[in-house]
Amino acid sequence: MPLELFTVGEPIADTTAPRDVPLPDRWNERKFRARLVNPANRRRLSIIVVGTGLAGGSAAASLAEMGYRVKNFWFQDSPRRAHSVAAQGGINAAKNYRNDGDSVHRLFYDTVKGGDFRSREDNSYRLAEVSAAIIDQAVAQGVPFAREYGGLLDNRSFGGAQVARTFYARGQTGQQLLYGAYQALERQIGLGNVEQHPRTEMLDLVVVDGKARGIVVRNLITGEITSHFADAVVLASGGYSNVFYLSTNAKGSNVTAAWRAHKRGALFANPCYTQIHPTCIPVSGDYQSKLTLMSESLRNDGRVWVPKERGDDRNPKDIPEDERDYYLERKYPAFGNLVPRDIASRQSKNVCDEGRGVGPNGLGVYLDFSDAIARLGQPAIEAKYGNLFDMYNRITGENAYETGMRIYPAVHYTMGGLWVDYDLSSNIPGLFVIGEANFSDQGANRLGASALMQGLADGYFVLPSTISNYLADGPFPAVDATHPAAVEAEQSVRSQTERLLSINGTRTVASFHRELGRLMWDLCGMERSEEGLRKALDRIPEIRHEFWTNVKVSGEQGIFNQNLEHAGRVADFIELAELMCVDALHRNESCGGHFRVESQTPEGEALRDDEEYAYVAAWEYTPEGEPPVLHREALEYEYVHLAQRSYK
Amino acid sequence: MMSLTLRIWRQRDRTKKGKMVTYHVTDVSPDMSFLEMLDVLNEKLILDGDDPVAFDHDCREGICGSCGLMINGIAHGPEQATVCQLHMRSFSDGDVLDIEPWRAGGFPVVKDLAVDRSAFDRIISAGGFISAPTGTAPEAHSTPVPKKNSDAAFDAATCIGCGACVAACPNGSAMLFTAAKVSHLGLMPQGQPERDARVLKMVAQQDAEDFGGCSNIGECSAVCPKGISMETISRLNHDLLGALRAGAVPMS
Repeated sequence: MPLELFTVGEPIADTTAPRDVPLPDRWNERKFRARLVNPANRRRLSIIVVGTGLAGGSAAASLAEMGYRVKNFWFQDSPRRAHSVAAQGGINAAKNYRNDGDSVHRLFYDTVKGGDFRSREDNSYRLAEVSAAIIDQAVAQGVPFAREYGGLLDNRSFGGAQVARTFYARGQTGQQLLYGAYQALERQIGLGNVEQHPRTEMLDLVVVDGKARGIVVRNLITGEITSHFADAVVLASGGYSNVFYLSTNAKGSNVTAAWRAHKRGALFANPCYTQIHPTCIPVSGDYQSKLTLMSESLRNDGRVWVPKERGDDRNPKDIPEDERDYYLERKYPAFGNLVPRDIASRQSKNVCDEGRGVGPNGLGVYLDFSDAIARLGQPAIEAKYGNLFDMYNRITGENAYETGMRIYPAVHYTMGGLWVDYDLSSNIPGLFVIGEANFSDQGANRLGASALMQGLADGYFVLPSTISNYLADGPFPAVDATHPAAVEAEQSVRSQTERLLSINGTRTVASFHRELGRLMWDLCGMERSEEGLRKALDRIPEIRHEFWTNVKVSGEQGIFNQNLEHAGRVADFIELAELMCVDALHRNESCGGHFRVESQTPEGEALRDDEEYAYVAAWEYTPEGEPPVLHREALEYEYVHLAQRSYK
Repeated sequence: MMSLTLRIWRQRDRTKKGKMVTYHVTDVSPDMSFLEMLDVLNEKLILDGDDPVAFDHDCREGICGSCGLMINGIAHGPEQATVCQLHMRSFSDGDVLDIEPWRAGGFPVVKDLAVDRSAFDRIISAGGFISAPTGTAPEAHSTPVPKKNSDAAFDAATCIGCGACVAACPNGSAMLFTAAKVSHLGLMPQGQPERDARVLKMVAQQDAEDFGGCSNIGECSAVCPKGISMETISRLNHDLLGALRAGAVPMS
């Protein structure tokens, strides 16, 4: 790898997981060794939480319940709107209610294997360990999970799992779990334990004497830029799929909070690990503003196929069985339509690249329910997936009970994020990162129904137990807006905002965002090559330069200005995109959702390279023009045997 | 492709007077969502040096509850779905559309089509929860819930807090919103201990905000993108009467 792309710094390691005890004992041992804060002292300690999704909402509520003083910030009008609300399918938990051989160890094993052996054993094990308590907590809050006639909770099997361990609330599991956390948070707001800052965006991190002590924010309604301080800062600001412009994320989802923390020294780990979800509604036109996911639970009853002949544009009903290619069932007989997301996505792309795709632009495959409807009857399918069929109908104008669905992959989730240790602390003391915003427990690919699990595990159970170890040293000396670090951070936010408004060029923010997204989808998406990534790395600095000389941002700083908000976010996406491509280029192996054409088996399957790449790539920020610095964290597997994934 | 005339409410902020302004959009595809049509208008306004139209939106798949507009006087427009899920195939070439923000005393305008719905959060904050601090939960299967109740609770719990119910109500009442949460939690066994206090506190907070009273007109349910039923309002009234009959003092 040529030196100019990056330089190599000191390796890093997680030192907080107690590896001197066996894996199943480590979380208990960590809780035991962590220092505590006496309940009476907690009210003297303050914590900033950025975000109100499953991770941020559950953390803010739980920390406030414990007695800490919490200041919670979010950019939407209400905490109930965080993008976790859109998660459809379900949440995994190792309850073994189905008596089908599930256990904490099996969920742990599936997570590490599903993540293609690029996650930390310690973190993945803990995730599986606390999963059952999440279900208990949600039920106690009144979350209306699906139930059996006997009144007990229903379960289903979900993408890539051979046990039924997924709990769900029709196709709106994220919504219901989020409302549980939201209601707990609102209760704490009502009790005066949480200071709320709605419609407020974090634009910088204030680091004082090496510790994260505050954030700089912009009030989105008044434009006012202010600083807020606490003894610790928790980022729960979600993922960065919108670097691709078109993704299943909400329009407002962005990397800004995490990226600005990165620019203040927080390491960004595995940025190129993104997840492409196989079951989304295909793109219909250039005006398209986002992609809509259809829960992959649909693959439990739907069969994926394309015509055997390329260019076969007959009505699907007129294509006889023997002229259809049920390619997932053919290639992966053991898992069939339930292969993990990365495999299902890549195979869809392959058949479309072969010219066998369906729909107006040939970028789609059929998801057919006729067998399931014949077997179970339409009412049973309606009961399970009614809202998804309605959604499909609304967007496409087609009745999928009759026509089946057309689906195509779309970017859905990012496994990369800010580097954290077992305590969920970044490398900046006092800066904790939870949920999708951290590089997480998911490795190079996330299993279905595991994102809700991780967000709530971090917020309800992990962070409240680990943050005390840090806060035991507090309260730290008071800091206010006159501190030089705060003055400098506020000034840098103000000058960036003024600069964006003063360029007054000829291209809109959205046009840059679309161009960047298209480039990333083509060259740093499902399939990557050295040639393509180098091309992207040539082009991104040009886009960045043109953005900062030719963007047109409307309006003023002192009012509600959505165009200005978008401009700041796109500026950060452009910088992130460059780091993603460097990360993707340096990782010359195929793993998880990330397929490198230079690294494949003779059958065209992904080929991992454990000799070279069994590590976390944690990147240190360097100013524009200087190559980023790579810090490697070696991944050691004591309990899971490294193996090439096979779903044949 | 269609051409449309849009008459849009423009208002700089809460304190300024607003007015309707006319715009023309061309090349509107029937497959565009309503918000994508507004995106196209905004791109043009920005390039022309005009102020783009502010409107709240986020997930664009009908679940976050951020978006909401009056289209020709109907909350969320002609389909019973959020405006992000409304597609231009519901309109015809040459249509003239009046686009306004939610019109309700309880929802002051932030800018143009964006309004302040924080009153909804305050209603939840007053009592729309089950007090179950993290860590206190018993094993999930210790309390079976009849499927009928659980399904009905789910139906009520699907409310996305968009505010269409308030905007559609001639009285500007938030009753359907409050009733959905009272129903959801009151149908679950976990919600029983706080059932009386919940309804009293939530109704008191609703009355303290700038919302009107409920007179069972039903416009709210007719426009609700999640189809929250009027039955939830009956449940709220039932719970409220029950609490009062049990000796509670009304809080508002």
